[in-house]
Amino acid sequence: MMLIILIAVPLAGGILAGILGRRNAGAARWISLAALLLDLILALVWLLPVATRPLAPTAGPWLVELRLPWISTLGISFHLAADGLSVVLILLTLLLGLAAVACSWSEIHERTGFFFFNLMWVLAGILGVFTALDLFLFYFFWELMMVPMFFLIILWGHENRVYAAIKFFLFTQIAGLLMLAAIIGLYFIHGQISGNYSFDYSALLGTPLAAGTGMFLMLGFFAAFAVKLPAFPVHVWLPDAHTEAPTAGSVVLAGLLLKTGAYGLLRFVVPLFPEAARAFAPWAMALAVAGIIYGAVLAFSQTDLKRLVAYTSVSHMGFVMLAVFAWNEMALQGALIQIICHGLSTGALFVIVGMLQERMHTRDLRRMGGLWKEVPRLGGFAMFFALASLGLPGLGNFVGEFLILIGVFPQAPLLTVVAAGGLVAASIYSLWIVQQAFHGQARETWRISDLNGREAVTLGVLAAALLWLGLYPQPVIQMARPALAHMRQIQVPHSFPAPESTASLPAAPADPQGEMHAIR
Amino acid sequence: MIQLLWLIPALPLAGFVILALGGARLSRRAAAWIGVGSVGISALLTLALAVAFLRGLPAIPAHIRQVWTWFDVAGLNIGVSFYLDALALTMMAVITGVGFLIHLYSVGYMAHDDGFSRFFAYMNLFVGAMLILVMADNLMLLYLGWEGVGACSYLLIGFWYRDPANGYAARKAFVVTRVGDTAMAVALFLLFDRLGSLQIQELMQRAGAQWGVGTILPTVVALLLLGGAVGKSAQLPLQTWLPDAMAGPTPVSALIHAATMVTAGFYLIARTHLIFELSPLAMSIVAIVGAATLLLAGFSGLCQTDIKRVLAYSTVSQIGYMFLALGVGAWAAATFHFMIHAFFKALLFLAAGAVIHALSGEQDLFKMGGLRRELPLVYLVFLAGAASLSAIPLVTAGFYSKDMIIWEVFASNRGGTLLWAAALAGALLTSIYTFRMFFLCFEGPLRTPVAHKPGWNMSLPLAVLAVLSLVAGFLEIPHSFGGGVQIFSHFIQSALPATQLLPARESNEILCQLASAAAALGGLGLVWWLMLRSPQAGAALTRQPLAMKLSRFWLNGWGFDWLYGLLFERPYIFLAQINRADIVDGCFTLLARFGLALNALAGAAQTGRVRTYAAGLTVGAAAIIAWVVWL
Repeated sequence: MMLIILIAVPLAGGILAGILGRRNAGAARWISLAALLLDLILALVWLLPVATRPLAPTAGPWLVELRLPWISTLGISFHLAADGLSVVLILLTLLLGLAAVACSWSEIHERTGFFFFNLMWVLAGILGVFTALDLFLFYFFWELMMVPMFFLIILWGHENRVYAAIKFFLFTQIAGLLMLAAIIGLYFIHGQISGNYSFDYSALLGTPLAAGTGMFLMLGFFAAFAVKLPAFPVHVWLPDAHTEAPTAGSVVLAGLLLKTGAYGLLRFVVPLFPEAARAFAPWAMALAVAGIIYGAVLAFSQTDLKRLVAYTSVSHMGFVMLAVFAWNEMALQGALIQIICHGLSTGALFVIVGMLQERMHTRDLRRMGGLWKEVPRLGGFAMFFALASLGLPGLGNFVGEFLILIGVFPQAPLLTVVAAGGLVAASIYSLWIVQQAFHGQARETWRISDLNGREAVTLGVLAAALLWLGLYPQPVIQMARPALAHMRQIQVPHSFPAPESTASLPAAPADPQGEMHAIR
Repeated sequence: MIQLLWLIPALPLAGFVILALGGARLSRRAAAWIGVGSVGISALLTLALAVAFLRGLPAIPAHIRQVWTWFDVAGLNIGVSFYLDALALTMMAVITGVGFLIHLYSVGYMAHDDGFSRFFAYMNLFVGAMLILVMADNLMLLYLGWEGVGACSYLLIGFWYRDPANGYAARKAFVVTRVGDTAMAVALFLLFDRLGSLQIQELMQRAGAQWGVGTILPTVVALLLLGGAVGKSAQLPLQTWLPDAMAGPTPVSALIHAATMVTAGFYLIARTHLIFELSPLAMSIVAIVGAATLLLAGFSGLCQTDIKRVLAYSTVSQIGYMFLALGVGAWAAATFHFMIHAFFKALLFLAAGAVIHALSGEQDLFKMGGLRRELPLVYLVFLAGAASLSAIPLVTAGFYSKDMIIWEVFASNRGGTLLWAAALAGALLTSIYTFRMFFLCFEGPLRTPVAHKPGWNMSLPLAVLAVLSLVAGFLEIPHSFGGGVQIFSHFIQSALPATQLLPARESNEILCQLASAAAALGGLGLVWWLMLRSPQAGAALTRQPLAMKLSRFWLNGWGFDWLYGLLFERPYIFLAQINRADIVDGCFTLLARFGLALNALAGAAQTGRVRTYAAGLTVGAAAIIAWVVWL
């Protein structure tokens, strides 16, 4: 029940904000803020104690689970569940949701109620994606988070918003349809083999698939998640969408929507299709590394600050994909930390860009420069998040990237070395941001105000979280450990012999109970 | 006492946090107290700790104190834990002691700067990061300090951010060293993959047990670590950032060159010496890198016109000596030279800062001169520093440390006559460029009027460092001087092995010392003769076409900047620029265009004129009939 309430609170808050916001913009803001705060408190009170409690070794993977019959004739149920991984992502969603509300406070003046309605519904959709365990329901939430996002971009975006919104919609929708096709394909194959037609994740796990079919279905899922991630070369919707979206839209996009892609790879692609994923791993890892380098180089050449930050996402999320396809504990833990820290640091950078845009009405780096003198506190925060983004040890991103690289290294040493080159490229673009915007001579005369209290708190919380994850990530690691271990125990069924494992994925540790876990 | 180990880095870090959060709200007085005080207390604690540590010797050569678990994933258990042995203690003493003097000096030097509290915040962070680097008991934590030091150097080199050139120098320092850091990171991956730990002592043990001498793995690891070391320590081929790092305020240079940052590379190799000893090839490369760098930088130092750039090249060259010593296994000599170098290099930078301060920011040596009478204290301390840098025999500390290196390079079983000759030539060069700078600065006519004289907070550190630059050498006096004194090497040998000397060469010690003394004095004499005794001869020499060409080449650091610009910097920028619009996006746009073009084509067919449709129908029908009939 907890999970339903967690999703329902932002849904209801969004409706309320939408209705009251027609008369009173302030009410919409306060309702959204209150709803998310309430949700965060509920999540902390309900989920955190469960997630931090030591698990009995025989317990199943799910900390909380809810299964209600829905469309029984088609084998569709309303199945929500959360493990440590989901809990971490739920908390991240709510925290960044609060940041998104805070940064829209004075930015959005038109149709405020409808804006917050959309924002809250995106967040609810994301919460659903992170907890849905029925593939039909998952697809429902997947679409639920996309449509309001489309409206956020097309209604409150910047100059080129229509183009960006349609591009965003086309890319994610086409890829989403591929996933839908793959879901239906898997549903029928599983039904034919077992006689039990079901969309349920736990039932579909371990479906024996011929190599070709498995690869085909896996690619369907992969397409949807790779576009969302975004992976090279289907990242091209992202710079436009990020650049044109309102600040809250960019924060949610970078901080959360991209994470649903990573989550999908973790939760669905590899567990549902272990063999296909293993065969595909070298390609996926190569794409990931290409994205790391490509995104970093492109980020450096951008003159639109928001576009620059957008390209850094391509680079950072490449690390996550690299880790997912290495599929060992070290890399996966790194991926989770990277997911969180990228959300926080890139989200914060977008907030900063939004603050600059609100004050200067431009995002053009060529017109900035020397702003430190005007806004030292904002400059200090920008420096902090730029350093986080380039992976300075002591801040969370470093822990994520380092664990990923050290985890991937034994499986793909050469790719790891190339990916490590991304660290150099990251320092080039990160320091370039600070140089172009805050250091150097002022290229134009700006009289702008430094951070106010609300803004300082928003950035301060994000900075503190990054520092905490950089110096003491152990609680998160601990929380995710059982979930990741369960996912890694999911075994290939014995009806199909495993291919000669020459690829870079070693088999999960031999565990006679693996299948049991998978089926449960 | 050892329990308080964590306080030593924590205090400067706390200072940083207070200064960063307090920002401009703190008064200058408060900022100065916090900034200087935190490092000062750290220095006192280090002193107290040293006493406790020495009491424990030789029974307990090392202490480990874990503060908390940083993370623990899949067998990689990394603690925020500190390791104290003789090597770490030496480094800590220098970092906090010299660091404190530099901080104190900065109160005077930066007194009128807008970013006063920001400056001390960064300086405290710098000291804190460097302390973590040298105290870390695992390579991961060491890497944290390592990158932290790099970030601080970036922040401080670009401290005067309004000049884009400073920003460029700062970014250059960070990016160039990060290239090295990345190599080091790969070394960490490899070490963990093969040996299953990143805890330094454990690694050394396992490496010794599992890897044979001269096998490929220790060589690869050692060379990757060396990559990190040459980046931070500004050795070939990553030395290019250091001369430009002069863009920061002068106390920053003193801190970077003496107490922090550039000595990190030396420390890393000394700390992981067991891995290097497993690879004779890597050791030789370390020695060759050191020898080549010390010569290269020496020649460049000859031609600089900026007083700080002369000093910068002298640092590159002196660190070259340390690398040379490391490469021949002269661990104690390298550490000793590190310590003495910290004293005289901090002294020289701070004294140069006093000169620059006095001349209202003038750094050009050819606009200085005649300052002997104007700034007598600075003159005296600068002389002490210059003499120590040039290793003037017997009376300076630099002689004892540099001579120890030169001698052991000659006599060590890993050394050789060629390396020794390079070291000796380097000593001659050092003496020449040092006294050229000294005479240009203090002799001759007064060229720029003196505006400020240094106050007590600038003079006191100068005096202390001058004394140290002269007398600290007596901690280690060679055997050939009636048995000598070996306090330092006995102390350091609880952490680092003794040098293996070739018995056949041991009898030549006194000859070797005479040679290095002659090199130092010869250089001094030569400069004196060319610049003061008969300046015409000196002027004639510099007018030679060959000399002018060489001088321009050396002035620009042997063209490395030009080369790297051509090979890396410009291609990278070019690639980024031509692809600014993202070629992949272009492909998708093309797809969309293709769709639009089809649409236009189909749309054009829909004219609404019956004649066109009828014509289309006829042609189509004819084509189909033709197809059916003939095929």
